[in-house]
Amino acid sequence: MITLEKRPQPSRLWVFATPVLAVVLTMLCGGLLFAALGQNPFETIRTIFLDPLFSEFAWFYRPQLLIKGAPLVLIAIGLSFGFRAGIWNIGAEGQYIVGAIFGAAVGLAFYPMESIIIFPLMIVAGALGGFLWAMIPGILRVRFGTNEILVSLMLVYVAEQLLASMALGVLRNPDGMGFPGSRNLAQYDSATSWINQSAGLHWGVAFAFIAVICAYVALSRHIFGFNVRLSGQSPRAARFAGVNPSRLVLICMGISGALAGLAGLFEVSGPAGQISIDFNVGYGFTAIIVAFLGRLHPVGILLAGGLMALTYIGGEIAQSNLGLPIAAIQILQGMLLFFLLAVDVLTNYRVRLGKRGIA
Amino acid sequence: MTLKTILAGATLALGLATGAAADGHEPVTVGFVYVGPVGDGGWTYEHDQGRLAVEAEFGDKVETVFVESVPEGPDAERVMTQMALQGADLIFTTSFGYMDQTIAVAEKFPNVRFEHATGYKRADNVSTYSARFYEGRAVQGHIAGQITESNVIGYIASFPIPEVIRGINAAYIHAKEVNPDVEFKIVWAYTWFDPAKEAEAATVLIEQGADVILQHTDSTAPQAAAQAAGNVATFGQASDMAEFAPFPRVSSIIDNWAPYYVARTQAVIDGTWESTDTWDGIAPGMVGIGEITDAVPAEVKASAEALIERLRSGEYHAFTGPLNKQDGSAWLAAGETADDGTLAGMNFYVEGLSGDIPQ
Repeated sequence: MITLEKRPQPSRLWVFATPVLAVVLTMLCGGLLFAALGQNPFETIRTIFLDPLFSEFAWFYRPQLLIKGAPLVLIAIGLSFGFRAGIWNIGAEGQYIVGAIFGAAVGLAFYPMESIIIFPLMIVAGALGGFLWAMIPGILRVRFGTNEILVSLMLVYVAEQLLASMALGVLRNPDGMGFPGSRNLAQYDSATSWINQSAGLHWGVAFAFIAVICAYVALSRHIFGFNVRLSGQSPRAARFAGVNPSRLVLICMGISGALAGLAGLFEVSGPAGQISIDFNVGYGFTAIIVAFLGRLHPVGILLAGGLMALTYIGGEIAQSNLGLPIAAIQILQGMLLFFLLAVDVLTNYRVRLGKRGIA
Repeated sequence: MTLKTILAGATLALGLATGAAADGHEPVTVGFVYVGPVGDGGWTYEHDQGRLAVEAEFGDKVETVFVESVPEGPDAERVMTQMALQGADLIFTTSFGYMDQTIAVAEKFPNVRFEHATGYKRADNVSTYSARFYEGRAVQGHIAGQITESNVIGYIASFPIPEVIRGINAAYIHAKEVNPDVEFKIVWAYTWFDPAKEAEAATVLIEQGADVILQHTDSTAPQAAAQAAGNVATFGQASDMAEFAPFPRVSSIIDNWAPYYVARTQAVIDGTWESTDTWDGIAPGMVGIGEITDAVPAEVKASAEALIERLRSGEYHAFTGPLNKQDGSAWLAAGETADDGTLAGMNFYVEGLSGDIPQ
């Protein structure tokens, strides 16, 4: 008989061990799944998790990991503040879109002028766009007590419509022969976020690392980080400690919105290049997984973002080299979150074998 | 080392490999990048049928690889680069949204041939190909105008690009020709493949009184919605969708890419591949019309078959004047036919259609 016994406090060991255990379990069950699909499980797991890093063409894939991982890390860092404080911004995808629209609009307004000032202005606009979009659910919650989960999520769909209208309307490329989509910002020197395309470096990658460091300092060394953690663990205690819950909601929504907006701006002016109807590919939602996979800890998020990027790129290699269907890759990614949540029980509970003693 | 120099080395190696392939020493590798899942039952499914036809035709001489559900953006660029690196000699990129990425990757791999579907940008190693789907739309309009009893025809449009607008115009002109009272209701779904959105669009149109639904999206969800409604007719899109015949599906447009894919692969094997722009219709078989079922009255079926024959023989062009634009201005004089340039960039409705093209 297996029983669970609540730990007096979460195990420090298991806090760090569970993500690793989840990855190992995912590999095991993923291997079984691939075997059931008639593939060699070892080769498939190697292709997905190791080939992007160590294969013949790793020089191409490694920079791609940065490109794929940067927006995930940037958004997830922003989300982690709110998630720690019990403020659930599920609409980062929408803030990502609006940030991209704001930033791209500024860049396109200057076209074809070349100036060093354009890109910094775009960065400000991108952060502002995401910030404003996140303020809608933030203010509605503070002022009217609405549920920020629902409002922020619904605003994603509003943002998608806004994106379509921008790609078809004011931001459409006048030289695009009537096809939707803006000019390519990656080909506009003053407005591109690329630093070195072959190395996979763009300003979003730089900002992702800066965000990790700033978040680490803020959470571990600054009173703001203490307030955030306190509010999540014990809202009443936080109020006694002088934390203004409304202000905390607005700050956390604002940070996550601004970082998501930045991620959108760096993406639209670099890897994606243009505002198009389906510019967004789900980074805002995947970042939620990344935030939890990384235990809401800045360094954890950095590693989780890298791992998630790895499964995307490795998954593509597995598709084209081994003929694996994309659904199998998506199941693998889903397993990762599933196992993480499942083994989380070990952090808070101790597993006991044998009969429970009589109290 | 920069990416350019590395890629130069890689392409040099690939160039040698391609040369060897031309001599028949090793299999020619043909890659396919798909925008949807191969099981979508529509657009991507038919491209995959084309791929299977290439495999069947050439056997061991050709190896094919594919990656499905690739978002239009930086992910597509990575997938194409990866295919080129892994030694693909010919790559078909099968969605309009892959245009800029195809051109960008093709620049880095001058010895790999690319074929981009439905776009307008070409290079020495990039061909474009598309089908004159509007010929099939004319047939659909001809049937729909006669079988509708409510005189309301619903149209699920995907993106407001010339190809889709051409389809709406062609269907409307030929529905109006046989039924002056006919009215089109158009829903823009902003997706090529999203069963949930497509079903929703179909339901909205049915509620608005449509008893015939045409779709420019790729899933069978509208067919299922029409089947549930009971008295609503539909047409298969991209693929035959025969599982919904004889009713609601009364006919279909079938994209038949197989002959083109086989011919282009043969050209690579023979070393005669050149950059071209192909736009084929019913006559060469790129656009197929699925069986018109007995749910359609016999005389309607006979006249539709006569129309197909006239389109096939070239005796009749689907855009033949007199035709006015929506605003009433003259477009084509009596007997005049539309030129390909206007059709390729079509961004206006013909007279009689209500509503605006999303801007």
